[in-house]
Amino acid sequence: MKETNSIRLEFQSRSINEGFARAAAAVFAAQLDPTLDELNDIKTAVSEAVTNCIVHAYPDSIGKILLRARSFPNNSIEIIVRDWGRGIPDVDRAREPMFTTGGDERSGMGFTIMESFMDSVKIRSAPERGTTVTMRRSISIRAARK
Amino acid sequence: MKIEERFADGELTLCLRGELDHHAAKLIAHELEGAVDKRLPSACVLDFGGVSFMDSSGIAVIIKARRRADELGASLRVVGVGRQPERVLTAAGLGRLVSIETASE
Repeated sequence: MKETNSIRLEFQSRSINEGFARAAAAVFAAQLDPTLDELNDIKTAVSEAVTNCIVHAYPDSIGKILLRARSFPNNSIEIIVRDWGRGIPDVDRAREPMFTTGGDERSGMGFTIMESFMDSVKIRSAPERGTTVTMRRSISIRAARK
Repeated sequence: MKIEERFADGELTLCLRGELDHHAAKLIAHELEGAVDKRLPSACVLDFGGVSFMDSSGIAVIIKARRRADELGASLRVVGVGRQPERVLTAAGLGRLVSIETASE
């Protein structure tokens, strides 16, 4: 399907940029006239994906994170969060609820939240080459538009 | 993120204000622990009335508070939870571990 619009943002893996990334994704998604719940779901999923890059992909260094978002004519959105960090050794295990390598500062619920709030979440990862998380979400079309 | 602390009759209330993400959780971790260790309360209340956004970092904050409260033999309640944080807590099934009261209750 041909995209209606797209953005591409690159930023450093500093935790202060978590707020920047989810706000940027929310402003882009707002073009599709989502409900507040839909908008918050997208913000939350982006926050989880970006936090994973900061905590797990680049644990001891500052690296590059790419956020891409595309909208489509069927009122859906695709969000890609990519890093060039360590990679995830076992993606299936990382997706399990409560599994974390981040100690007691992390809940291990990041992927569970992404999966609950988005229609689909795909993870591609290779050791020392990085991780790409691709999430899709359709936005309800509201009848009463002015 | 800002924290306000109230203490009366053995009950410690910590009011959180702002967006609770990994960045904020790192900054407030010491402050939260310090408040509990100083007061050694018999009851702990995390007031989320001012939390405008939360991701799974907030879950870790609550689980950690639950553990510390258990060590002290104190109770723990999370109150004033708004709609977005509530959706995150529900998706994580946290209601089974901690008493959660939404803002409308």
